[in-house]
Amino acid sequence: MTSLPRHTEKKLGLVIDLDTCVGCHACVVACKEWNTGGYGAPLADADAYGSHPMGAWLNRVHTFEVTPPDAPAQIVHFPKSCLHCDNAPCVTVCPTGASYKRSEDGIVLVDESMCIGCGLCAWACPYGAREMDPVANVMKKCTLCVDRIYNENIPEVDRVPSCVRTCPANARHYGDLADPQSAVSMLVAERGGMDLMPEMGTRPVNKYLPPRPKMKAASEALPEAVPGFLGWLDRALERLG
Amino acid sequence: MHPAVSVIFFTVTSGAGFGLIALIGLGWPMHDGPLSAFLACALAGGLAVAGLLASTFHLGHPERAWRAFSQWRSSWLSREGVLAVATLALFAAYALYWMLTGQRAMPLGVAVAVLALLTVISTGMIYASLKTVRQWHSVLTPLSYLGFALASAMPLAAAIGTDRSVRTIVLAAGVLAVAWLIKLAWWRRARASEFMPGSDTGTATGLGGIGKARLLERPHTGENYLTKEMVHRIGRKHARVLRLIAGGAGFVAASAFLALALVALPGIFLSLAFASLIAGLLAERWLFFAEARHSVSLYY
Amino acid sequence: MPANAGTAKRRVDLSPHVSDEVRQTTCYMCACRCGINVHLRDGKLRYIEGNRDHPINRGVLCAKGSAGIMQQESPAKLRKPLLRTGERGEGKFREIEWEEALALATQWLSDVRKSDPKKLAFFTGRDQSQSLTGWWAQQFGTPNFAAHGGFCSVNMAAAGIYTYGGAFWEFGAPDWEKTELFLLFGVAEDHDSNPIKIGLSRLKARGVKTIAINPVRTGYNAVADEWVGITPGTDGLFLLSIIHELLKAGHVDLDYLIRYTNAAWLVIDDLTSADHGLFACDKDGNELVADRRNGAVSSRRDRGAKPALKGRFRLADGREAVPVFELIARKYLDARHAPEATAMTTGVPAEQTRSIAAQIAHAAFEKTVTVEQPWTDMNGEHHERMVGRPVSFHAMRGISAHSNGFQSARALHLLQILIGSIDTPGGHRFKPPYPRPVAAQPKPHGRNPQCGEPLPGPHLGFPEGPEHLLLESDGVTPIRLDKAFSWDAPMSSHGLMHMVIANAHARDPYGIDVLFLYMANMAWNSSMNTSAVMKMLADKDADGNHVIPKIIYSDAYASEMVAFADLVLPDTTYLERHDAMSLLDRPISEPDAMCDAIRWPVLEPDRDVRGFQSVLLDLGARLGLPAMVKEDGSAKYRDYADYLVNHERRPGVGPLVGWRGVDGSKTGRGAPNPDQLQRYIDNGGFFREHVPAKAAYFKHANAHWQEWAIARGLQDKPFENVFQLYLEPMRKFQLAAEGRLEPQPPESHRERIRRCFDPLPHWYPPFEGEAVSTADFPLHAITQRPAAMYHSWGSQNAWLRQIHGENALFVPGSVCDAAGLADGDFADVISPHGRIRVPVKRMEAVNGKTLWTWNAIGKRSGAWTLSPDAPEARKGFLLNHLISELLPPKGDGLRWANSDPVTGQAAWFDLKVRIEKAPEQPAVSTPQFPAQQNPVRHKDGAVTWGAEWQP
Ligand SMILES: Nc1nc2c(c(=O)[nH]1)N[C@H]1C(S)=C(S)[C@@H](COP(=O)(O)OP(=O)(O)OC[C@H]3O[C@@H](n4cnc5c(=O)[nH]c(N)nc54)[C@H](O)[C@@H]3O)O[C@H]1N2
Ligand SMILES: Nc1nc2c(c(=O)[nH]1)N[C@H]1C(S)=C(S)[C@@H](COP(=O)(O)OP(=O)(O)OC[C@H]3O[C@@H](n4cnc5c(=O)[nH]c(N)nc54)[C@H](O)[C@@H]3O)O[C@H]1N2
Ligand code: SF4
Ligand code: SF4
Ligand code: SF4
Ligand code: SF4
Ligand code: SF4
Ligand SMILES: [Mo]
Repeated sequence: MTSLPRHTEKKLGLVIDLDTCVGCHACVVACKEWNTGGYGAPLADADAYGSHPMGAWLNRVHTFEVTPPDAPAQIVHFPKSCLHCDNAPCVTVCPTGASYKRSEDGIVLVDESMCIGCGLCAWACPYGAREMDPVANVMKKCTLCVDRIYNENIPEVDRVPSCVRTCPANARHYGDLADPQSAVSMLVAERGGMDLMPEMGTRPVNKYLPPRPKMKAASEALPEAVPGFLGWLDRALERLG
Repeated sequence: MHPAVSVIFFTVTSGAGFGLIALIGLGWPMHDGPLSAFLACALAGGLAVAGLLASTFHLGHPERAWRAFSQWRSSWLSREGVLAVATLALFAAYALYWMLTGQRAMPLGVAVAVLALLTVISTGMIYASLKTVRQWHSVLTPLSYLGFALASAMPLAAAIGTDRSVRTIVLAAGVLAVAWLIKLAWWRRARASEFMPGSDTGTATGLGGIGKARLLERPHTGENYLTKEMVHRIGRKHARVLRLIAGGAGFVAASAFLALALVALPGIFLSLAFASLIAGLLAERWLFFAEARHSVSLYY
Repeated sequence: MPANAGTAKRRVDLSPHVSDEVRQTTCYMCACRCGINVHLRDGKLRYIEGNRDHPINRGVLCAKGSAGIMQQESPAKLRKPLLRTGERGEGKFREIEWEEALALATQWLSDVRKSDPKKLAFFTGRDQSQSLTGWWAQQFGTPNFAAHGGFCSVNMAAAGIYTYGGAFWEFGAPDWEKTELFLLFGVAEDHDSNPIKIGLSRLKARGVKTIAINPVRTGYNAVADEWVGITPGTDGLFLLSIIHELLKAGHVDLDYLIRYTNAAWLVIDDLTSADHGLFACDKDGNELVADRRNGAVSSRRDRGAKPALKGRFRLADGREAVPVFELIARKYLDARHAPEATAMTTGVPAEQTRSIAAQIAHAAFEKTVTVEQPWTDMNGEHHERMVGRPVSFHAMRGISAHSNGFQSARALHLLQILIGSIDTPGGHRFKPPYPRPVAAQPKPHGRNPQCGEPLPGPHLGFPEGPEHLLLESDGVTPIRLDKAFSWDAPMSSHGLMHMVIANAHARDPYGIDVLFLYMANMAWNSSMNTSAVMKMLADKDADGNHVIPKIIYSDAYASEMVAFADLVLPDTTYLERHDAMSLLDRPISEPDAMCDAIRWPVLEPDRDVRGFQSVLLDLGARLGLPAMVKEDGSAKYRDYADYLVNHERRPGVGPLVGWRGVDGSKTGRGAPNPDQLQRYIDNGGFFREHVPAKAAYFKHANAHWQEWAIARGLQDKPFENVFQLYLEPMRKFQLAAEGRLEPQPPESHRERIRRCFDPLPHWYPPFEGEAVSTADFPLHAITQRPAAMYHSWGSQNAWLRQIHGENALFVPGSVCDAAGLADGDFADVISPHGRIRVPVKRMEAVNGKTLWTWNAIGKRSGAWTLSPDAPEARKGFLLNHLISELLPPKGDGLRWANSDPVTGQAAWFDLKVRIEKAPEQPAVSTPQFPAQQNPVRHKDGAVTWGAEWQP
């Protein structure tokens, strides 16, 4: 494969904490509002007020139910956007070169002016991270807010992806996953950050932190006060003086 | 996957077209005279071009289609485009030479044939290269495209050509049988594995270690591009009917017409064999898409 | 090299121009009131982000907040005042000029004011200006005013105020940074949406455990470390079981109880007397305690006493009395509160209840948090440090929206207090201006409304006994249309908005002339029994006149309610007007800081609309309401902005506390400052002053706090705040029901009041469940707030409606199997009041007897200018059709309100149902309604926001 950079200086990406995500969709809408007026064509919403509204979104939150063998079922809210894969099949299948991966930071982008809207990259992405814009007919995907993270027109603290900045539960972290000392890399190491569908060989940059094990109802109980509640009360009051 | 009419039409007709181009290139006996040469080549080229044109309906920006030739080093779609254009260009030269001189330039013809077959293979490879659709991700996919391209081209070639010998018709029937055997193998494999080995909702979400994972709610209540394009689901009954049509028209009827062509009215029966095969292949191709399960459906 | 090898050669503008200007105001996509930075480009909304300096959201924003652009772009925005031309409910209107609209409204209102002011019922929804609207209604002189609290969460608010002078949500918050265990009861989103999410993530970061008690395990409950899938309506019982365990093990904070609560107060035990169960008092009205050393009875104010917590003591008059704590111990140590005994009802296994009690005890007593901060209490006693019990709680409508919600919330507060965690480090903290005990709260007003006279005080308040009820001289007939502060709901501190339309229609207790509503979709999701309410609104009497003669409504959008109004006063959007989040009302304070905030017009309306508060002041002036006109009869306030700056509720105290005084140097108390709003704007739209460290905790008893609060005008004098474990007002109502106190409830109400008004927290089964047979209606059905949708008004939002465009009923797997239901099937859901046919979805992470759905997704066809076949109308549905404002009839034919008997809180979550697979499988949910028309036009096609800024 000649068309993916063999090496990227940085691997900028997101770390998403499934233990903390409350499924509020804040990141979903913040992404939409930043990007619809930003990089490339607007993220259109077809039939916006009609019977079949359908828009392009770069980030969506799914809800899964997981039933462990020996505990009650639990719900995991699951945000998903482009994982900026190292071995991005969406890039190599693209016939026009519109899809590319930046060698400096690993961000996977679509150059919309070159895109013919064939859809093949979306077919090649295992994760459903690409959506065709219903009006502009070009491929849309998470830009990792490339027009924010380096943007000198906004304050330095705000040079993070829109979804990260807004997440009320702090379940989204952004940083350089190529740097083992970065906060995100350390988080991944500490919490066992995982790849989605590793069997696809895409080597995603984005990582997911698994939900921490839920506590089962312990059988501990409080020992009864001795000698009985009223006796305890007398003694305790005595201690108060 | 969503069975887009344009893509179904494209793969079936361009398959037949490039198949026919290959057969002509390899010197399939045709009537003499520039007009016949022109008609034969126009038919072959026309089928191929019609298919290619149809495929551009599938594009969001057909006016930029030329850009698709640039990434031949990595993209099978690009390769297919390049090969198709190269094939058609050389084939045009071949045809012109034939019409002008009455001679069929053998070395050029062989080159055209090789390119045409490579084009068909690369069409198949567009799908076969996608790990995301397990049913497609197999060498059987380009083989079956190749098989059907030749199988559909042969009765057509025989119908318009001069060789309607028993040997040739039997050969056509043989190719048809082989193509269907490949397809049967393809179907068997497809049935055996929906997704990549090991892929399930558990690996898609990484939650498999905790327990059995299932989707509770889609991210948005309405449809989106992904659900329309890739999370297409067809009813089993529907699929069975289409499979009967595919096999019935594409194999049973086509073979019967080939057999009848041995007995009488070969021109008509060969044409009918071609037509019913194409009808069957349209159904087969519809199923090829509609039954394919994209890994993204693990999220929906 | 092929072009798609990533290289820097690509032209990507990494630093595009973002916006021309940022205006900071307050979000109003919900009532959480986060600070927002509104980025404008070419005069249009580029995007909205959270204000990092804001006390509420600290920079984050929720999905709704970010979707503000699409709210502003909604085609459903009203454009001009409207006069109805078709039938009520049809949605046919004629646009009129403001002058005509205001003249008409003035005519209608002044007729009422001159003849019988109570014939105006003025009720408001989730607006943020109740201190204005209430004051206006007071000036008008009608007793019939309230906001929406009665159907929202008054149980929570009232139980908290009565018990400890605070509550959850706007009144207080967990000490997120210090708590060691957090328990969340019955919360989906809450009003405090972003602070809770921020808080939960802080707990995760600190490794602090969260336990969620909720029948449904989504959202916050999904990320909690432990889940208690409780059966709806039984939290009170579960809490009392925990209390049983703690008492049994002797894990209560006696020092805290003696110092800050009425645990030691003596309760008269004299079965036959008229004061049995009341506090024993000395002649000055001071409650008495007994000395545990010698049994001597003296005033609780006697500093020398060492109060006893148990025993039986003889009073001076020879009668006997027992300390409250003795009653508590007796009641909750009883075997019927043991975890085994409650498990069947609550669905919580006894081991889990025990384990949770143990975890609470462990965190409270082994993980004590100490803040090295000396402070002085209100008795003048000096304390070297602040020692806290770091267990915190938060609860909302899962507890309160039941007919036993007041008592369940009381049980929760009892638990908090027994372990000594209220306003201690790591516990639950007051937010200024709270604490505000009942003594600091008004009593309800509304008796004898006189034509042309203002009411002598605010409508809503906190009765302390039957003597404070609003009853006609017969001692029975309610004065208020909603029957608040009557025997139906004596302590209904927020009114009963959900009864207004039904009562007005039934002319019970009387008919009205004008129904004036503001920001409340009463023809749809805010009403129980929606189909019937729509009929009531449109109903005519035998003479062809509407039973509810005139309806004035202010909305900003083409809602379901608009279609039923006669006169519509179109409001501005939240980006186009002034608003105040005032300390007189519902401020945005955090425990560490007193804060308030404003909204201001960051965009100019492009339509002929006016901010409702300004319109209300205008109407007030036209009506000549005393406080709204100058001597010469001209309007006192130019508009709401003028009022915010210049209105003084008490001398020097006005709607906004920041930058008062002519030069802006004063906080809380000070003369009006003409520059005040600009100062707010310059500061990001809010004001904040930190509470001094020595006043940060123990505010209920903290002398520094009192001093600080008085200086800032939060109160005018110190208020003693003794936590009321035993709630004497409840006992007074019981005494009345026992026939020992005047006035007395009618016979019909006595049994219920005796049973439900236990002065100690008490559990009784929710009424609807009790009234119907479990065999017929075995399941509970509830709703949850979706994080990404705000009630009905989010559906006009092109972005949010894609996330929640339709809803399904989630059904436990076992119920699906029994009923033969699969995902996508339609089922009939049947309650004692009605039936709906709706799509279902299987779910396991839910209490096995509970069905649930997202709230308010279903819409009336045509509403909000959506196309009539929008999924919201075709597939979406409301549970409200199954919920009645009245309980099923009893033997005596009497129908009780489906409300808490104490506060009147609407019991939305008491609903009992059964479910069956629908015999035929339709494509639409039922009921369906004829499509409404709209005074504004539907917008076809796509939205492509930001197209003009494409590079
Ligand atoms: N089944 C069920 N029903 C419930 C509940 C439940 O849990 N389950 N919850 C209940 C509760 S707690 C509540 S609070 C109610 C909520 O009920 P509502 O308060 O009635 O709900 P909203 O849909 O927010 O409707 C308020 C109206 O205000 C309008 N509005 C919005 N912004 C503005 C503005 O800026 N100015 C003006 N003038 N109008 C505006 C909207 O267009 C809408 O028509 O629903 C209740 N209904
Ligand atoms: N995004 C968003 N935020 C909102 C609103 C909105 O519409 N959208 N509405 C605002 C309004 S008006 C209000 S009043 C608040 C309400 O805030 P919440 O109280 O959080 O709202 P509900 O969705 O009514 O939540 C009730 C929760 O209680 C659970 N529950 C039901 N019955 C029981 C029970 O018996 N016991 C227990 N333990 N749990 C039970 C339900 O499963 C649900 O999770 O939210 C406010 N915030
Ligand atoms: S904003 Fe954060 S908590 Fe909310 S859905 Fe996105 S990742 Fe989850
Ligand atoms: S997630 Fe999909 S779109 Fe993104 S880089 Fe990987 S394969 Fe490409
Ligand atoms: S849709 Fe655009 S980006 Fe995707 S493969 Fe086709 S040309 Fe490339
Ligand atoms: S990084 Fe930017 S583009 Fe990507 S999901 Fe987040 S907000 Fe959207
Ligand atoms: S919680 Fe969301 S909608 Fe509510 S005020 Fe905050 S940002 Fe706005
Ligand atoms: Mo509410």
